[in-house]
Amino acid sequence: MEKWPNNRAWFLVLPAFVIVIFSAIIPLMTVINYSVQDIFGPGQAVFVGLEWFQEMLADKRLHGALWRQFLFSGLVLLIEMPLGILIALAMPKKGWGVPVCLITIALPLLIPWNTIGTIWMIFTRPDIGLFGAGMNNLMGIPFDHTDNWLDAWITVMLMEVWHWTPLVVLLAYAGLRAIPEAYYQAARIDGASAWATFLYIQLPKMRGVLTIAFLLRFMDSFLIYAEPFVLTGGGPGNSTTFLSIYLVKIALLQFDLGPGGAFSLIYFVIVLLFSFIFYQALQRIGKGEKV
Amino acid sequence: MARIELNEVAHSYLRKPKNDLDYALKRIHNVWDDGAACALLGPSGCGKTTLLNIVSGLLTPSRGRVLYDGKVVTELPPEKRNIAQVFQFPVLYDTMSVFNNLAFPLRNRGLSEIKIKERVLEVAEILDLTPFLNKRAEGLAADAKQKISLGRGLVRSDVAAILFDEPLTVIDPQMKWYLRRKLKEIHEELKLTFIYVTHDQVEALTFADQVAVMFEGEIVQIGSPQDLFENPEHKFVGYFIGSPGMNFLECTIEGNEARVDGAGIVLDEETAAKGRKAGGKLELGIRPMYLEVHEGSGDGMVKARVKGVEDLGSYRIMALTLAGQTLKARLSEDQPVSGDEVWLAFPPQWIRLFADGRLIR
Repeated sequence: MEKWPNNRAWFLVLPAFVIVIFSAIIPLMTVINYSVQDIFGPGQAVFVGLEWFQEMLADKRLHGALWRQFLFSGLVLLIEMPLGILIALAMPKKGWGVPVCLITIALPLLIPWNTIGTIWMIFTRPDIGLFGAGMNNLMGIPFDHTDNWLDAWITVMLMEVWHWTPLVVLLAYAGLRAIPEAYYQAARIDGASAWATFLYIQLPKMRGVLTIAFLLRFMDSFLIYAEPFVLTGGGPGNSTTFLSIYLVKIALLQFDLGPGGAFSLIYFVIVLLFSFIFYQALQRIGKGEKV
Repeated sequence: MARIELNEVAHSYLRKPKNDLDYALKRIHNVWDDGAACALLGPSGCGKTTLLNIVSGLLTPSRGRVLYDGKVVTELPPEKRNIAQVFQFPVLYDTMSVFNNLAFPLRNRGLSEIKIKERVLEVAEILDLTPFLNKRAEGLAADAKQKISLGRGLVRSDVAAILFDEPLTVIDPQMKWYLRRKLKEIHEELKLTFIYVTHDQVEALTFADQVAVMFEGEIVQIGSPQDLFENPEHKFVGYFIGSPGMNFLECTIEGNEARVDGAGIVLDEETAAKGRKAGGKLELGIRPMYLEVHEGSGDGMVKARVKGVEDLGSYRIMALTLAGQTLKARLSEDQPVSGDEVWLAFPPQWIRLFADGRLIR
């Protein structure tokens, strides 16, 4: 069969293309434009080449924020992925329990991000917060996320896990439900233990959705801004200053558009690079011979 | 290897079944002998798979008992019954190699690696899977995948029976033929009890020595393929087996004749006598291949109108109307057909009488 070339079909792509131009390409070009100039004010800009990039790459505070960011994303994936799978496995398969569980679990996903920050800020306040005051007064454990960097990290992690594990749960649950009953029946007939069933049936069959969950959680946690900004504002000290918080400080508070632009591009490349590496690695795990 | 016995088994998927209609299986009482190749044949939704799952232990029947070699196993889960099942769609452990797939049931039972290897190689040889042993199971063709599913059953040397749930559904036509023969070979070689569920009569009749025909949750007849063809005990069997199915004509018996709306069809002495005694709604049944079509009239023949002829390659099917009822006759390729009216002869030895849907004995 021969295909007829019909170039008018390109018009169908046009609306999407226009949207992408305004939502991604033009902003990106603007950022690239900023990143190679020193801007003093409207109409007063000097071309500086790659100087901002050199400066930002050597910035000690950026290094600190970057390592914090990696630690944060690493912990997020380490906790949320297994926890999400575990909860999905424990959820009921049919009956009235399914909608009840799904809705309860999905609730945190429905709350606006800055509201989440506010909820947790009040929840963990050492004087009036249920959690903070409870720790200090009832348990006798001193807890103050505005003062102690460890407490701040614990609070941010708790908030993140509470907020985003549901996404992993929903994806993993969808993956589990898609496994045909015959696989479980075959496993029973083959005498497989629950662990073997998980390892050889459920996990491989969930690979697709778990890859998506992993990448989404990596990217989102790497770009996290609103919740820690509201909760801790990056403090105490710099202890919860993640990349995005530092970036906003440079670009919008100090209005250093040049360094901000360079920083943004470096940030963008890191996220892109790691997402690509993770995706390739996860694809390979599925295809490689595992005994 | 085992003799499998179903004792008054019935099953309903409802928790509180009210009447017969709530039962997916009504009352099954049956024995499959050790080493037999049996088929369960029936249309979709007749309860074949339910019955199979009860035998394998994936389902516990609402009533009745399942026995293996005289031992009650009704409540035992499948892993304790030592049974193997091949499903409609190939079920594989995708991430494992073919070798590990075959070894999986043995590893779960804690056999030593040396014994596992020996056994897996043996089974791979039987199934022609040796060249694929180190390949990943995921990329193989559907027929190879089904052979692996079967192999996972065969590796267990003490397996009681192997159950097949429409295993050739996803296989290409040519491979179907090959796999069917392979199954038969394996059965002859290993003498295992095979129970084969299908809705395809050709599969059932070629594979099994003994076919059980199921209809609406009941086994309506068990017999050899020839038996089912020649002496269907139930109208459904006559209709379901054979292509096209048996012809049925409502009739009354007068002397040695079956009267079909004015026309008389001569029966043999014995059939007529049995027919006279039977009550209920009487029907005469004859296979299309035994119904003779003639252009001219003859002794004991009945006139019928031709509705149409369908050419099926090696033979033709003629549709006819007789006293307002439709009949089908199988014509050989070279038999001439012309005109709107023909004469039908009903050879008495191939006529069967049914009362209320059941064969008159």
